[in-house]
Parts: sequence; C-alpha cells; structure tokens
Amino acid sequence: MFAYYLRLATKSIRRNPYLSLLMMLAIALGIGACMTTITVNYIMSSNPIPHKSDDLYYVQLDSWDPYSPFREPNEPPDQLTWRDATNLMEAKRAHRQTAMATSGAVVEPADQDINPFMASLRLNFSDFFPMFDTPFLYGSGWGSEDDNDPAYVVVISKDVNDRVFGGENSVGRTLTVAGKPFRVVGVLDTWIVVPRFYDVTTNAFQDTADIFMPFYMKRELELPNSGNTNCWKSPEGEGFTAFLQSECINFQMWVELPSDGERAAYLDFMNSYVEQQKALGRFERPLNNRLSDVMTWLENQQVVADDAQIMLWVALLFLLVCILNTIGLLLSKFSQRSSDVALRRAIGASRSAIFAQYLTETALIGVAGGIAGLGLTLLGLEGIKLLYGDFVSNLVALDIPLVIAAILLSVLASMLAGCYPAWRATLIAPASQLKTQ
Amino acid sequence: MTHNWETGPILRAMSRNKVGALLIALQIAITMTIIINAIFIIVERSALMGRESGVDEANTFYLTSTGFGSAFNASSVIDEDLRRLRGTPGVVDAVQINAIPISGGGWSMSLKTETGADIDGIGTANYFVDEHGVDALDLQVIAGENFTASDVRLRGRNQSDWPPVAMITRALAENLFPDTNYADVVGKTVYIGNDEPVTVTGIIDKLQAPWIGWDRLEHAMLTPEKMDFSSTRYLIRTEPGQRDRLMAEVETALADAYPNRIIRDVDTLTATRERSYRRHSAMITILTAVMVLLCTITALGIVGLTSFNVSRRRKQIGTRRALGATKPAIIRYFMLENLMICTLGIVLGSALTVGLNMALVQWFNQTALDWFYIPAGIGVLILIGQLAVLGPALRAAQTPPALATRTV
Repeated sequence: MFAYYLRLATKSIRRNPYLSLLMMLAIALGIGACMTTITVNYIMSSNPIPHKSDDLYYVQLDSWDPYSPFREPNEPPDQLTWRDATNLMEAKRAHRQTAMATSGAVVEPADQDINPFMASLRLNFSDFFPMFDTPFLYGSGWGSEDDNDPAYVVVISKDVNDRVFGGENSVGRTLTVAGKPFRVVGVLDTWIVVPRFYDVTTNAFQDTADIFMPFYMKRELELPNSGNTNCWKSPEGEGFTAFLQSECINFQMWVELPSDGERAAYLDFMNSYVEQQKALGRFERPLNNRLSDVMTWLENQQVVADDAQIMLWVALLFLLVCILNTIGLLLSKFSQRSSDVALRRAIGASRSAIFAQYLTETALIGVAGGIAGLGLTLLGLEGIKLLYGDFVSNLVALDIPLVIAAILLSVLASMLAGCYPAWRATLIAPASQLKTQ
Repeated sequence: MTHNWETGPILRAMSRNKVGALLIALQIAITMTIIINAIFIIVERSALMGRESGVDEANTFYLTSTGFGSAFNASSVIDEDLRRLRGTPGVVDAVQINAIPISGGGWSMSLKTETGADIDGIGTANYFVDEHGVDALDLQVIAGENFTASDVRLRGRNQSDWPPVAMITRALAENLFPDTNYADVVGKTVYIGNDEPVTVTGIIDKLQAPWIGWDRLEHAMLTPEKMDFSSTRYLIRTEPGQRDRLMAEVETALADAYPNRIIRDVDTLTATRERSYRRHSAMITILTAVMVLLCTITALGIVGLTSFNVSRRRKQIGTRRALGATKPAIIRYFMLENLMICTLGIVLGSALTVGLNMALVQWFNQTALDWFYIPAGIGVLILIGQLAVLGPALRAAQTPPALATRTV
C-alpha cells in the first residue's frame, strides 16, 4: 500500500512541478536556517568532557572589593589571586587539583635553521593532565614531585613538536623556553576541546596552549601575565612579588571531587579558609564562595553567545513561516485535485486511505526538502565560518546526530504542514466533484 | 462609496476560505515581527560600527617586538628602533605604546576626583606614550599642552606607580567633572588606583579604549612613559597610500637591525577594526539574508495562494466580467482583498513585534524598539503584499467574459 501511495505521490509532484519545487524550497530554506543555527548553538553548548563533567569543579572565592561586587548581582570573581590559588593548592584537600595561569615566552630551537618563535604557555600542576584526560602522543605529564620546587620540565603540543623536532619523539630532549633549558617530558596529541572549558576567561573557542609547564615557574622565571588581570586595589609595593601578594586576580583553579560528600567537604574547606583569611583582614565581603561543575560553569560564563541564541530564535520563526507557507500551498494544490479524491472515494477508498496518501506525498516533499536543507546547512556553516573567521572553525561541523535531526525535523515540519490540507481533502464527498465533470 | 469598493463581497468570499486568508495573515504577522526586529538590530549594530576610534585608522599599523637572550637591552633597542622608524621616509610618526585602541587587549584603571575607599571610581583605558603619541595617534590637544620629552619617565616591567602628569580625553574629563567646562579640567588633580595623585595637563579630542563592548569606550588616559619591557609594541602612522609598502619594509628593517628578537603581530588598524567588529558585521549580514529570504518566501506564498484563488474563481470572474465589471475592477478586487488580509496580519504582527522586542530586551540586553520602526515595517509589508498579488490579479483580469457562458 505504501509503495502505491509513494507512486501516486511522485506522480502528483510531477504534475505540479513548480508548486512542488516551491514547497521543497520553502522547507529546505527553513531547515537550512534552523540547522545552521542549531549546529552553532549545539556545539557551543556541548559538553566537552561528558564522562567526568560532574566531577570537575571550578573554584571561586569572593575576594573582591568590599564596596562593590565583581559582577552584578553579587557574582564572585571569575579568577583567584596568587595567594589564594597557592594556599588552596598547598592544602591539597581535593582528590585532584590544579591551579592554572597563562603566559607567553620565546622558544629558541637548538637548530639554528628554525626561527625562534613566541609560544603560549599554560602554567599548571601535574594533576592537570589526568584531570582533563589530555591525549599524549609521546611520554606523559610530569610527576607531582616536580610541582612545588618546580622542575624545568615541559609538555609540548603536537604543533610545537612538529615545528621544533620535526615530529619525532622528543621526550628527554631539551627545549629553550624564556631563555632557560627545559626537558621535554611529554608531547600532546592533537587536543581539541570545544568549548575550551578549562579556561573560558579568555576566548573559549581558542586552541589549547603550545607549552605546559609547572605552575610555580610563574614565580621562578617572573613570567608575564596573559589573559585577564583584574585588580580592585593596586599592588602594595614594587616588583613581581608585590603583584603575587596583591589582590589582583589572574589565576584559575579546578578540583576533581568524585562524590557529593567530597564536594560538600571541599566547600566547607573553602569557607573555613575564607574565615581564616578574614581574620587576617582580607575578604571583607560576605561569604560567597562557589564550586561549579563544568556545565554550570560554562553556563555561568555565558559561553553560548547571545547573538547565536537570537539567531536560533529568528531561524525557528523563519521555519514557522516556511511551514505556514507550505500549508497554504498544499491546500491549494490538494483542492485542485478534489475530483481525483472524489473519484477514489466513489470507487471505495476510505478516508484514512486518502489521508495516508496525501501525508505520504507531503512526507516525500519533506524528505526532499530536508536533503536540500542539509546542503543549505553546509552552505550556511561555511558562510558562518567566512563571516566569523578562523576562530570559530572548530565550531562548525555537522555530525551524524545533527544530520538525522535535520532530516527528522524536515519530515516532521512537512507532515505537520500536510496534516490539515490532507484532512481537508478527506472531507470531499464522493459524488460532489464527479457531477461537474 | 463603500459599495464601489466591494468590501462586503470580499469579506463574504474570504469567509468561505478562512484558512487560506488566515495562513497569509499569520505569515505576514511573523514576517513583520522578524523584519522589524532584525532591521532594528541591524541599525543598532551599524551605529556601533560607525563609531570612530580617533586614530588615523586608514594609515596606521602596529607590530610587536619581543627580545630574548640575556644580552638584550630593551631600553637601548627601543630608542634605536624609534629613531629608525621616525627617520623612515613615508612615516608620519611612530610611538611605543602599551595597547592598541579597539584591539580588544589593554590596560585600564579607575580614576577618582577625591581619595577614599567608598568613593566610586570612573574607569578609563590607559595608554603609555611619549611626546610623539599625539602625532602618531592623530590626536588633537584641545586644551592644555602635549607632553614634552622631559615628562617621559622609564617604567619598569613590574612597576605599578604612575607619573605625575597625564592627558585625558574630553569625554573622560566631562564625566569626571560634570560641572566643569572640559578646558578647565586642565590643572586639576585626579586620583588613580585609589590614592595616587596625577595632574591633568592636557585634554585630547577623542581616543577610544581597546574594548569596543565597554560602556566607557570613550575614556582614555595618556601617561608619558617609556616602557622598559623586552616585549613591546610600536604604532606607526604613515603618509596616505604608504602603509602597506612600509609594513613589509619596517618588519624586515627591524628584524635585520637586531637579530635577537621576534617581530610579530604586524597588523593594520583597519584589519583590527574588522576583527573587533566582526561579530556585529556577521550579525548584520545574517539578518539581512534572513530578511530577504523571508520576504521572498512570504511573497511567493501570496502569489501561490492568490493564483489558486484566481483559478478557483475563474467562473465567478468571468460572470462578473460578462455582467460589466471592468478589468481594473477585477484587479482592484484582488488588491483590496490582499490589503484586508494584510491589515489583519499587521494588527497581529504589531503585537508580536512588540512582544519579541520585549523578550529580546528581557533576555538578551537589547534596547527597546523605537516606535517609528512599526509604521515603516507596516509600509514595507503592504508593499510586498500588493506587489505579490499584482501578477495573479492581472491574470485574473484577463479572464474572458465568455467563460461564464461557456461552462455554465
């Protein structure tokens, strides 16, 4: 029966090629617009580390200006001071923990033919690598014994390894960074995290760092600050130590807490730490500390851009217009063929058979529109890439669930559009139209 | 008169095909909602993009020089570089600077007119320049004096205090001292970072901060400083038409002059503007495309449905023609019918437009719609509707009167 409906449907589509094409185009455009914006929103808000996003927590302490919150309404600062980051690290109260900072330094390859270059640095603790499941191509992260009295060791990105060591296994080799010789202990494989959840204080859709080194190298080598440095109070005194002892925030911290009990205990520890600091005359604001898991933190930092959401809503309305349009066109198309229906009804077709046949026809238009819509989506994503430049290139890719969603959405949209006209067609009385012939 | 316009028969005919009319009205309503809000967003974003940085953007480029190795003497290399840059033919002026306007990265501080922890500060961007800053950035000193070479002090890498004098933009002066004429702000003392006094010695016409999304974008403060940093930026202003040639030349000249450094991020201010405002220009392009497509789809929908109505009513039209209706009367009938459907859509659309705008204000920090966008949008939609209906209406008018006699 279905095959018969399908044959009738293709015949009917061929009979009104322009009208059918117009409907397909409307569906395709609506689907294209929706899927483009859905893809952008979906990837922006996707879970970058699904298997442990509930175990990783971002640490926030409200060390800000007693007279005004970091951000309205009473949001704690998005980063930590050096003092607090190092104090929390030394307490070692979590299952795993890492404070982090970003910086930059010149890399001088030993090979004179390779030009020195500027590399982005991430300063972190040894737990960083197991916490965030960093993929290693060669070697591994450094051990915890290299953290506190920082050893001159680095983990380098695949790009840096290709550039300096020609892609060979460079574990054990020496790399000059910031004028100092470092021993390579690990080489990361291509590591794309979208969004780059572990540090969203700068652009969350940027690449990961070129070089990772122990956190305390910040103090050892007096490395400059990258990312955002915010101070509500100027550092007291001069020099690098004054900055480290100041109320300026430039450091981030993550802890891994696999159970609810540990999570509650860690929050208690944070609060008692702040109480202790209050006794020293710091932290004049009311207690306002926070532990946020990965997805909560991404939401708090509004990683999904407002513009992307506005576009999504506009696209959904656009699809609605396309559906209304299709309903109108289907109504006119079906009513032109009311004599067909009357004839079929007269020779015994049931109402539900008529309904099924017309719905098959609209579903067919929907599938065609959906496939064309997928093409338009790819075009749309290319357009987004072109408009927004390289920094979103990690963002725009279609995956299988999205392709399936696109087809389903278009079939659903077209069937939704087809229901009313098909139902109207079933109301045609068997004999009424035959009379005028 | 009413009788001649045939509103009665049109309404009665429409009531027999309520769904078709309603579908078009709904389409028009949603289309109107989207295009009015989209145009409003586009106009707003265009206004943002139209703001001037105050710098001679077309003829300015900048680069970063990062020295390495223990032998690198930043201070002397900087002096030598600036001498070389300023002596290059085609260069108007060059300056060492800590941040580039509208680039997205920079330095800001809070200024107060009185000391004290509980007094609210006013944020400003900070630029460190020497006495060539005014010329290189293409600024006008509209009150007071530019820095002299003797004002310029050396700032160490981790030094956090401030020189005793500064120039500020007119906008900053007016916000700091709202009751004073900006020219009289010269000579006044402001406090930076809570309690460090700085005397304002000059007012400049206009210079934007590095962050285009900041509500204090027009606030900038120049302090006379040479930065003793091994990684530093130079901003170079060239004579018209010389920029691209000089970018390449300067990059090689600086790299050759001192090999123990990296010259990087050589970029123009035009490219920087494009990058900073890319989000907005992309939004404008996307919304424009959506608007055009939406209007096309709606128009095609109207064409389709009217054509259908025309073919369904061929007999009726033929009869009317046979009874003496003129061709213009037939055309007017369909145009008027469309106008009536449009009116329904517009009433609905006006409510939806305001509703969507309220939602955008509530959730996305957009601003409230100006009232005149609604009549403008109504005009556009009526025009689209009438144009779309014209084709089918003209075809309807061609229906021969004899048709009525033939088929009945």
